[in-house]
Amino acid sequence: MSEAIDLSLYAKPEADGTLGMDVAVEGIACGACITRIENAVKRLPGVIEARVNFTNRRLHVAWSDALTEPSRILQTLQANGYRGHPFVPLRAEQEEAAEARRLTRCLAVAGFATMNVMLLSVSVWSGNVTDITPETRDFFHWASALIALPAAAYAGRPFFGSAWQALRARTLNMNVPISLGVILALAMSVVETANHAKDAYYDSALMLLFFLLAGRAIDHAMRRKTRASAGNLAALRAETAHRFTGDELVSVPVAALKCGDRVLVKAGERVPADGEVLSGTSEIDDSLITGETARRKIASGAVVYAGSLNFSGVLTLRITAGGGASLLDEIEKLLDKAASTKSRTLRLADRAANIYAPMVHATAALTLLGWWLAGASLHDAVVTAIAVLIITCPCALALAIPVVQVVASGALFKRGIILNAGDAIERLAQIDTVVFDKTGTLTLPEPRVVNAADADPELLHMAARLALSSRHPLALALAREAVSAIPFDGAVEEPGQGVRVIIGGEEARLGSFEFCALSRWVPAFAGTNGNDGGVSHIYFAHADQSAVFAIAQKLRPDAVHIVQALRDLGLDLHILSGDRAEAVRPVAEALGIPQWLGGLKPAEKIALIETLKGQGRRVLMVGDGLNDAPALAAAYASLSPISAADLTQTQADAVFLGERLMPVYEAVQITRRARSLMTQNLWAAAVYNVIAVPVAIAGLVTPLIAALAMSGSSVLVTLNALRANQKGRSL
Amino acid sequence: MNVLVYLLPAALGLGLLGLFAFLWALKSGQYNDVEGAALRVLCDDDIEP
Repeated sequence: MSEAIDLSLYAKPEADGTLGMDVAVEGIACGACITRIENAVKRLPGVIEARVNFTNRRLHVAWSDALTEPSRILQTLQANGYRGHPFVPLRAEQEEAAEARRLTRCLAVAGFATMNVMLLSVSVWSGNVTDITPETRDFFHWASALIALPAAAYAGRPFFGSAWQALRARTLNMNVPISLGVILALAMSVVETANHAKDAYYDSALMLLFFLLAGRAIDHAMRRKTRASAGNLAALRAETAHRFTGDELVSVPVAALKCGDRVLVKAGERVPADGEVLSGTSEIDDSLITGETARRKIASGAVVYAGSLNFSGVLTLRITAGGGASLLDEIEKLLDKAASTKSRTLRLADRAANIYAPMVHATAALTLLGWWLAGASLHDAVVTAIAVLIITCPCALALAIPVVQVVASGALFKRGIILNAGDAIERLAQIDTVVFDKTGTLTLPEPRVVNAADADPELLHMAARLALSSRHPLALALAREAVSAIPFDGAVEEPGQGVRVIIGGEEARLGSFEFCALSRWVPAFAGTNGNDGGVSHIYFAHADQSAVFAIAQKLRPDAVHIVQALRDLGLDLHILSGDRAEAVRPVAEALGIPQWLGGLKPAEKIALIETLKGQGRRVLMVGDGLNDAPALAAAYASLSPISAADLTQTQADAVFLGERLMPVYEAVQITRRARSLMTQNLWAAAVYNVIAVPVAIAGLVTPLIAALAMSGSSVLVTLNALRANQKGRSL
Repeated sequence: MNVLVYLLPAALGLGLLGLFAFLWALKSGQYNDVEGAALRVLCDDDIEP
């Protein structure tokens, strides 16, 4: 296409007066890609900087005024075999990056201080059992205080701030016992040092901060990674529209469309935004919006919705962008309601914290009281109570869940499942009922040739190769059968009718029944217009040979297998579809799912899910259509294929890639395993406390024991978490 | 034990040097693309044969 591309939405001025843009790049696979892309882009006149970030598959480009056409950057990528999608980084992503850097800085300071204080502490411990002089010991303790106090003040801020907020709101969170433990341990150590005591707890306080910060940093790194891949997906999906500027057509990103703009939608393209048809007639496929597979005829004056597929003719639209778009309005209203009534599931870690924090404080207070009543000096009672606080501080608890989450989300990522929500793992693990949408979820999102096996292979290959020259949706489906991706030279497309080309001196035609002039050889199929139970036909004629190809929605290749596997896991399966009952029945029968309903409106889907929830079930909704978005939000957990509508994807807990249904099964398996590991880790932390707390209450904890107990339990839960990566029972 | 008076600050100073080196590396974006850095080291396109 020689059409100009308008990138002004993405190019942002940088500090040095140049323009900068971020591009998500598809196809970066190895180290060689980095240099190839950077060298090619840098060769463009005016490009000052091009840097590939391999970790999140992005390219940052900066250029000066010398580069007159920024769209050449994307063309250069294309010429080298990569597809670039410019995007504007989300605010949330930038904030998370800043927070991650802050945590890493705190972690570095805590790590530095812990190592140095531990060096001094080990000297004191070995000196205490040999011949250290009190003066040297005091010197070492003061040196430790000099390192520990500023370091803790800096590295502890993430905890102190959150604890202070919780206390002001008169609640408790995990940060309250942590902050209290650290501050009291440091304060007591300073007092003990001033009194020339033998033991101080600087190392314990710092080690505590270090382990806790490690847990947070890991948790954050995971969320950042999912956020980055979600951002790339959004960029991949941001489509362009052809907008009229005067009489000129300019390709603009859909996000830049404004109300009142006139746009052109060619056959085979998706409608970029809600609008009203100004001119042209066509058939519209609304399956992404309503799940309905039968096509709708439209003419000027009709209203079309973003995401609909323009099937045959060329349309000119005026964008109305939601204003009066009754369908979208209704869906958004339902969505708001569903999201607000969604019972907020309490995360495992929060639940543990709610039980844990009061228990720790009560134990410490009772220890203080008990020793004091038993006649110990106030000083000894306080020291013992603080030792209890230190030993119970939830190091292992803070690592127990984030490490499992990181390992599990990595395992999911490897299998093509990208998490959208932080607590998705816990919720996915608990489901007992699965509700599937039909169109695009159980079936492939794009129609396929269903009679390919019966057709003459030579004719099929010829027809498929000819189909490469057309943008018509039926031709696109046929083109997927092509063996070679090289179109015929000189193929001519007659809009709305078909394609023709001369092969071996004879004309070949692909298209409608009339276009191929086939009445001599084959009778036209009933319902040629494609509304025959969702099956459409495309005809092909070459010399005296002819063929007819039936094109329809096809089940995902492993759907039958996976549905059986899910049933074997003890899950209850349902199909709720917006499509007509006649279209749903064959799918339900092929998969052996007796509980199915068709022709449902979005509100009815929600009502059915609420009914299931009312029976105490935890429902996983798998769906892709815009009409599924409210149901996804209402369900306990949700999954979407990558082909889903934008709004739907943002509602789903996780998005899966590829043609297969396997990720649904794997998501359930991996998250269940992860959850059992989380529970195991929490129990391991509890057992540790059961052993360590009596020792602390008895007043037998020395700083050495505290150090060993804390690091030992943290290493234990981390090692246990790594088991989440082990291969689960394969299918 | 008087040797501690200058050995201890020396050890701390070296540690701090390492800490600041790390913080500088973090700030200058050297940890933004850890996977890419591992691959870039293998590129020898810039070396004339």
